[in-house]
Amino acid sequence: MMKKKTRRAITGYIFVMPWLIGFILLTIYPLFYSLFLSFQDVNFSVEGIKTTFVGLKHYNYAFRVDTQFPTLYVQSLIDIGLSVPLIIIFSLIIAILLNQAFFGRTFFRAVYFLPVVIISGPVLSELLTNRALSIVDPNSFFVYRFLSTLPSFINFPFLYIFDNLITILWFSGVQIVFFLAGLQRISTNIYEAAQIDGANAWVIFWKIILPLIKPFVLVNAIYTIVDLSSFPNNPINTSIATNMFNFQRPYAYSSALAWIHFLTTLGFILVALLLLRDRKRAL
Amino acid sequence: MSKKTKGLITRIVIFVILLGIAYAYLHPLIYMVSISFMSMRDLANPIVSWIPTDLYLDNFKTAWKVLDVPHSIWDSIEMSIIPAIFQTIVTALVAYGLARFEFPLKRLIFFFVIAAFIIPVQVTYVPKYILFARLKLVGTPWSTFLPAILGQGVKSSIFILLYYRFFSMIPVAFEEAAEIDGANRFEIFYRVILPMSIPMIVVTFLFSFVWYWNETYMAAVFNGDNIKTLPIMLRNFVNRYTAMFPTRDASVENRINEGIRMAATLITIIPLLIVYTILQRRFVEGIERAGITGE
Repeated sequence: MMKKKTRRAITGYIFVMPWLIGFILLTIYPLFYSLFLSFQDVNFSVEGIKTTFVGLKHYNYAFRVDTQFPTLYVQSLIDIGLSVPLIIIFSLIIAILLNQAFFGRTFFRAVYFLPVVIISGPVLSELLTNRALSIVDPNSFFVYRFLSTLPSFINFPFLYIFDNLITILWFSGVQIVFFLAGLQRISTNIYEAAQIDGANAWVIFWKIILPLIKPFVLVNAIYTIVDLSSFPNNPINTSIATNMFNFQRPYAYSSALAWIHFLTTLGFILVALLLLRDRKRAL
Repeated sequence: MSKKTKGLITRIVIFVILLGIAYAYLHPLIYMVSISFMSMRDLANPIVSWIPTDLYLDNFKTAWKVLDVPHSIWDSIEMSIIPAIFQTIVTALVAYGLARFEFPLKRLIFFFVIAAFIIPVQVTYVPKYILFARLKLVGTPWSTFLPAILGQGVKSSIFILLYYRFFSMIPVAFEEAAEIDGANRFEIFYRVILPMSIPMIVVTFLFSFVWYWNETYMAAVFNGDNIKTLPIMLRNFVNRYTAMFPTRDASVENRINEGIRMAATLITIIPLLIVYTILQRRFVEGIERAGITGE
């Protein structure tokens, strides 16, 4: 008779088996097959797909020859690089306000979460092209006009907020609820003790809330990076889709773009980890 | 000023700020509803900004035809409910296996679950297409169902982690009691664990449903031309419209306008708005739990 431990291990494997097969077949294999394809030229023949090794040709093409991709790539970098911190900051502020709210908390939380349920590529594009996402004309604000006159390397983050305010908010739903869950775990005793010691709201935020909420900031940052990177309207993602059947370089070029995208996403996550990791725990 | 009045003022200020933010959130929806009831005349009239002059429904009639709603709504329901069911079951199985059994390489598998989350779907897009084309799944619903059955559906890692957390909190005593009664592990899972996990199952199903409904990136190519969900129809709305209502010469007649497009967008999200209005609490509380898991 089999030992109980072995039997349990086998049962455990049976439970995770569907996922394990799926992970190998539909995640690991495609991940590395697309890496392989990105170094090849693909030709269609009677027997199927024929590939020939071409080294970094497609990567070179993407950044040196392609007239569109570099612009789209930079656009995506700016988009994610600015949106992620803004989403984190906005959702933390909103969560702190919600946590203090006396009444209407459930209602507001429900409103802020609504976009998570209705957002999709086509819906967002329709709202964008039909100007439903521009809440007011930014040009009517003196601040906006003033900022517009400054050199673009100074003003672009500020103008970005004005131009994308609703989109940023719409991508914050999950993060707000995450933060709120974290804030509710901080005992009110701590605030009261701090208040007795004479700490004001500002000090409480920096000395109590922020250190305790930090693990949630990291989770939210990673969630946001992945969410934005895999959103269908991300300019790199649209180029991956449109280039798939590019008749001069079918499959291979898309695969190279996909890996550029993947490495970029990993890069963003790495930056988030470096900036937000718990230094004490790292020691 | 006394401490009490100061507290009251703070609360009112917070309430007003939250109200302002709520308006910013809802603005696109209010705008969408308002514009979708406007006739060409209202749209062109600068005096009419929010409230249409009369109840004009032609935008919805046109959008309904172009979206082919009687057909596409069924495709949408099929392509979201079925994979959502698969995803709900399979992610529960995996999470249970991870939560309750010790086996070699378990930590590695756990790491893979998290790693799977951070790979954008677009990275595996081309090879998946080649694979599905070879398996003759392209153009069939199975190109969506198969990944769901194998636990690689839309954001499945999140659900595995959620279930994992949930199962870990159930005391083992229940399972031990059932084991003494002679039940095997699968019976225990089915008869003891699942009935205790209804709230978790509902949350997983709801989110899977919504995220599958909104999925267009894979569906646009993998599902071929036979399956057209509402969001996919919305994606091609302008092209379909111009094909169905060609503009003769340069007249305004028949030309597409934002009223029609907003009506189409509204039709696409109405089923989601209904589900959310009824079950809003389930959605929010589900994510709240995920936040704690993430920590």
